[in-house]
Amino acid sequence: MELTKEEQEMLAGKHGNAAKKSMEILVALGEIYGAKNMIPVSSVQVAGVSYHNLGDAGLEYLEDLSKDGQVKVLTTLNPAGMDLEDWHNLGISEDFAEKQLKVVNAFAKMGIIPSCTCTPYFVGNLPRFGEHIAWSESSAVCFANSVLGARTNREGGPSALAAALTGRTPNYGMHLDENRHPQVLVKVKAKLKTIPDFGELGHAIGKKIGNRIPLITGVRAATTEQLKSFCASMATYGGTALFHMKGITPEKAKKPAGDEMVEITAADLDEARKAMTDEGEPDFVSLGCPHASLSELKRIAELLKGKKVAVETWVAVARPIKELADKAGYSKIIEAAGAKLACDTCMVVAPLKGRFKCMATDSAKACFYGRGSNGFKVKIGPVEQCIKAAVTGKWS
Amino acid sequence: MELKGRKISAGVAEGEALVTNQAISFYGGVDADKGIVVEKGHELEGKSIAGKILIFPTGKGSTVGSYTLYRMKKNGMAPAAMINRECEPIVAVGAIISNIPLVDKLEIDPLKAIKTGQRVKVDGSQAKVVF
Repeated sequence: MELTKEEQEMLAGKHGNAAKKSMEILVALGEIYGAKNMIPVSSVQVAGVSYHNLGDAGLEYLEDLSKDGQVKVLTTLNPAGMDLEDWHNLGISEDFAEKQLKVVNAFAKMGIIPSCTCTPYFVGNLPRFGEHIAWSESSAVCFANSVLGARTNREGGPSALAAALTGRTPNYGMHLDENRHPQVLVKVKAKLKTIPDFGELGHAIGKKIGNRIPLITGVRAATTEQLKSFCASMATYGGTALFHMKGITPEKAKKPAGDEMVEITAADLDEARKAMTDEGEPDFVSLGCPHASLSELKRIAELLKGKKVAVETWVAVARPIKELADKAGYSKIIEAAGAKLACDTCMVVAPLKGRFKCMATDSAKACFYGRGSNGFKVKIGPVEQCIKAAVTGKWS
Repeated sequence: MELKGRKISAGVAEGEALVTNQAISFYGGVDADKGIVVEKGHELEGKSIAGKILIFPTGKGSTVGSYTLYRMKKNGMAPAAMINRECEPIVAVGAIISNIPLVDKLEIDPLKAIKTGQRVKVDGSQAKVVF
């Protein structure tokens, strides 16, 4: 790889140990993927924050790096394994909490904003069209490439952190025009109304085409919240980094090279819903995957007004959005109903295994991790159905 | 015999080869405290990889695997060095952050050229393997 003078100095250790280790990681990845050079990035989102996944090894690595590491660009953080302030209320152990706070402190010491959200684009990390960035968090990667038109590979935790500490990423994959063209045409012939409809669409497409880049036609309109859920589902079930959706994706898309075409009908969405629906009555309702927006919180508050939840109910949210919801009066209504607003965390990364048997959610992504990481049975349905289940304890 | 390859992670180490034809997931597939492969049905299930020259086709699984290698190194349970047929990012990043020498893309397939139990020296810095 061709490196600039400054990049060579980082590699030689002249900018400290953290920059050296980071540049070694980036050069190795660049070599593996055949990058010719490094490019500057303007924004980073770092995943790998939950102590549940990092363990003591990850914590030690981060503490070592934080001795002399400082981020070069705007860098935000993925959700942690608990609410950093109100963790008692979520049933987290003292030991876990102590370790989790150490992890977040190590990140903060390096200048990373401890935003602890999977929706950085809601809290001030909002790249523009064409901007080169290095994001981990698969749903946000898909959103950045496909909805915002920024450019990022699907980074892992350590490689995103390395990009933050050097301000660089190897120039390959999604950063290059030639790798961003659609590879397969997807015609949507089903009506889409609710957020889970979009999650089911992501499940159906992801299962059919894997991580190839689709050109999706037939989606007439989509809200930010529907796209957020769709991106999370595509990334979870297909490993998708980028899709082109006609009328949504700002980037100009060529026609796919081959003539392969996939149709998605109402029957495909039904099948996806069935694939994400197990037997049993929910004892846990989980909303906010990816983290809830202000509109979603408003809707949840409307549905919960004057009611009481019968089963444990979490709404995961970025802390700054929760603070706005406090001011708007939504939080008071939600909490008065007995539901919990979980900041800084979510059901994907919190240590919840064994605490619940069956989870109701409006998120296709949450279904995958609810089953895989936590061993829950799952139910998917619109927020109205989820809140009804929260209040009655019955799925209907 | 000396084979040239591609440098992934610097450093020099010598030891006994442990060869598998199957990919390894360090997160979930290896017990980081004991250095033992625990993945059900894996060729190396129950075997210790600590201090070995671990030769495997490539890595797989969660990106958390990079941190697992780091933890093994801190515990003194990491392989002395690694050779891949073709390295992928999880193992590459894990080797670099843990200072474990690693080379890949040797002139001859290392899974065929080297047998378990053979004495092997890996020079990550010079991108070569001697056995």
